[in-house]
Amino acid sequence: MFKALFDAKILISCSVLLALMLMMPRFLPRFYVYLFALMFAIALLATSLNLVLGFGGMYQFHHAVFYGFGAYAFALFATKSGLPLWIGYAIAPFCSAALGLVLGLITVRLNRLYFGMMQISLGSLVWAITYRWYSFTGGDDGIHGIPLPDLVGSSTGAYYFNLIVAATCLLLMYMIVNSPFGRIFQGIRDNPERCQAVGVNVQKQQLTGQVLAAFFAGVAGTLFVTVEGSVFPDLMFWTLSLEILIMCLLGGWFIFLGPALGAAIIISLRTFAGIYTEYWTLILGIVLMLLIFFLPEGVLGLFLKKADPAAKREG
Amino acid sequence: MEFAATVTLPALMQQVLVGLSRTTILFIVASGLSLVLGVLRIPNVAHGSLYMIGAFVTYTVATVFGQSAAGFFIALVVAPLVVALISFLVERGLFCHLYEREHLMLLLFTFSFTLVFGDLVKLIWGSDYRSLTAPEFLQGAFSIQGMPFPRYNLFLLIIGPIVAAGLWFLTNRTKIGKIARAAAVDREMVGAVGINVSWVFAAVFVIGCYLAGLGGALVAPTQNITQGMDHAIIIEAFLIVIIGGLGNIWGALLGALIFGLTDSIGILLWPQFAIVFPYVAVVTVLLFRPQGLLKSTW
Repeated sequence: MFKALFDAKILISCSVLLALMLMMPRFLPRFYVYLFALMFAIALLATSLNLVLGFGGMYQFHHAVFYGFGAYAFALFATKSGLPLWIGYAIAPFCSAALGLVLGLITVRLNRLYFGMMQISLGSLVWAITYRWYSFTGGDDGIHGIPLPDLVGSSTGAYYFNLIVAATCLLLMYMIVNSPFGRIFQGIRDNPERCQAVGVNVQKQQLTGQVLAAFFAGVAGTLFVTVEGSVFPDLMFWTLSLEILIMCLLGGWFIFLGPALGAAIIISLRTFAGIYTEYWTLILGIVLMLLIFFLPEGVLGLFLKKADPAAKREG
Repeated sequence: MEFAATVTLPALMQQVLVGLSRTTILFIVASGLSLVLGVLRIPNVAHGSLYMIGAFVTYTVATVFGQSAAGFFIALVVAPLVVALISFLVERGLFCHLYEREHLMLLLFTFSFTLVFGDLVKLIWGSDYRSLTAPEFLQGAFSIQGMPFPRYNLFLLIIGPIVAAGLWFLTNRTKIGKIARAAAVDREMVGAVGINVSWVFAAVFVIGCYLAGLGGALVAPTQNITQGMDHAIIIEAFLIVIIGGLGNIWGALLGALIFGLTDSIGILLWPQFAIVFPYVAVVTVLLFRPQGLLKSTW
């Protein structure tokens, strides 16, 4: 099966990359270990968005709500239940998936732009409830000092945990994209009417995609908690959703690893621009404008196009 | 949680009136958004930012005139025009090159303006909140069956119908309105009969953004003018446009009514989670009419 999924070049470069990343904490200062651990979480988040955005053609405008919901589910479980923390890691993604199912049932019947706008609106409701419900979610302040299992308590532990979980999830998503379901999903993206005509239940497939994407976003949420040890309502604010969209656009959303690259670029940019200026969003806005004007296929898209003259000829 | 603490008839009436004046603001902002969505097909996320800029400019202009009554009304005229000018420059300079792109790109492009405008406002006005007092004769409150009702809200209740009538006149009785409605249905055909669609789009975009600025200017005396007011209003405006039907101005009015009233009555019933009520109303509407209450233009 793996032979069919990966051609040798990709397999080798991915293994080399993975091996490099496994060795990195030995050489890197602590801050970078933390930064990379955060990057893995966000890269997973961006890839999970791209599952429905790039491969499903759905206007998933408010993906962050599933991410924040997963993070909150884990945080609340860890601080309130008293049960073993690893169970929280197992439960939180399913909470996100359940939210994906509920929101999906309402939104998936709507056409594309309506779908996206409705999702932004309903996601904002989830955000608003979290923001107001002081007694349960900590409201504006969020929840801090979330207990973590000893294994991931150190920054190196969190790094390895995030790396392994994120890599596993990416692999799973790659398999989903190349599964029969993934093929149908891409077919729906390219021509929903025709898929409907040949007997595909478009809305059911889209709902499935939404739930899967929400699940992986929930995993990314727990990874975020593993790195930061805290949650706050901004995790599900709609501006974050659009930032993830920017990551997908920046990396290139027709390529599987594009969004992950975009996430890495945005996170590094934010971190290093943040040192020099408090007007980081101004920079992001300008980067985004330039991107839309000059680089609509994303960095990786451009790179692959340059590397592959055949694709260039096809245009 | 003091659920349904004190629901008396006068209190309910008062909240309905407050809700109606909130409706005015929401309608003005949402109709602008709806206009742009209907004709240009751009989900303009920066609409909220223009609303915020409108409020800040109103504050600055009114302050220049010493927060006098005349100053306030000058600001009410000037601020939306400033916003319209900004939107005109943005449209002619950047947007008009991108109309062929898909919605997602356009959404992200408007979002880039949200980011830029947000930081520019922070650069110009700082991160403190500002407050503006209404002119003397609009301050204070009437008494309606023993409950106070602010005069400024009454002023809003007068402005609302005027704006609605103006919009009706613009879309139904003027040439540009008719062309814009035609372009919303079939832009190629409008272009084919020799009308410069690009300039029609520019005009509609500027009018829509003018309305955002007007909303911001009108709301300025009623609340703190802060960073973040852009994010709050845009989601509400989106919701209103969705329940009303994309691009339908009367739908925006209906949506604003539903949103404003459920919100203000919700505050009476369950203050902590008042925000839930309008959302429940929206979801209920959409379960029965997924395309919105009134006919969408596309």
